[in-house]
Amino acid sequence: MKYVFYLFYFLAGMLTSITLVQSQAASWYRIQEMFQFGAFHMYGIIGSAIVVAMIGVQLVKGRRSLEGPEIKINDKARTWTRYVVGGTLFGLGWGLAGACPGPALALIGGGWPAYLVLFAGMILGTWVYGLLREVLPH
Amino acid sequence: MGAKREVKDLQEIMTQLWPWYVSGPLLGLIVPLLLWLGNKDFGISANLRHICAMWPGKKPAFFQYDWRGQTWNLVFMLGLVAGGWVATFLYPGDSVHLNPTVLERLHAWGLGSPQSIVPPELFATSVLASWKAWAYLLGGGFLIGFGARYGGGCTSGHAISGLAMLQLPSLVAVVFFFVGGLISAWWIVPRVVVWLIGGGA
Repeated sequence: MKYVFYLFYFLAGMLTSITLVQSQAASWYRIQEMFQFGAFHMYGIIGSAIVVAMIGVQLVKGRRSLEGPEIKINDKARTWTRYVVGGTLFGLGWGLAGACPGPALALIGGGWPAYLVLFAGMILGTWVYGLLREVLPH
Repeated sequence: MGAKREVKDLQEIMTQLWPWYVSGPLLGLIVPLLLWLGNKDFGISANLRHICAMWPGKKPAFFQYDWRGQTWNLVFMLGLVAGGWVATFLYPGDSVHLNPTVLERLHAWGLGSPQSIVPPELFATSVLASWKAWAYLLGGGFLIGFGARYGGGCTSGHAISGLAMLQLPSLVAVVFFFVGGLISAWWIVPRVVVWLIGGGA
């Protein structure tokens, strides 16, 4: 039974990345256009995604999931330094590379091996964060 | 006859640019879908941590946990790669039509008009012959990976799922995603692109 759900998660991932590519949200050009305030497109995507997700979350909250556990919303820790500093660093990378992790994975599948190097950089950055975690202010 | 025509129309719609009011809601649906399937949180960059946790040797405490419990997310990630491949059969229908002012800036940096989803001047496999491309990709990736874990999430976890769950920390994170993104786009990217493709300056 558990394996059926893996298929569902796999398909959910496919739907996500097909949408990222077909909406061109995975495009380096579109990310630059967004940060240059050149078009509404990306803001429309992110904004409408949030609205639909918000409604959906309210509908499923508190119910039992298909796999069994109750659907719970986990509150994120309210310490601020990490969101300000980590958020800014992530944003610098997002604008620079013109992709966040999801689109990068979609483009690897789409036949752009250079994004494997970008992905390797992401793993490296994650590893170094793990090394420095104890000494960084959160 | 009618059915054939409908299939053709559907093909056309699928291969064209999906407007924001179609693609945005589809992406938003992923959040309740994952919750409904198994109380799972939409967060792609968490996989970077799970990949580090797979390392069998000595590793920081942050990576010492059983990543097998997060297999669903790694499977989701493989789905992202597979979906990117499937999309190549749909994509070539529409090229990236940019705002003319933005396009002018890109031309000024030495980039051509968009023919593919990403600029080949920066991402074609042939650019990997230059160490500059490696520095660009590894450096950009490093910031993304380090920042995402430090900040506790990326675009999926904070901007979409976190905001949908009304998390104030996610709002702070997203505001600073944009602060960083704006600094990159206006100040760093123009210089880096010129440096990468050797536009002379």
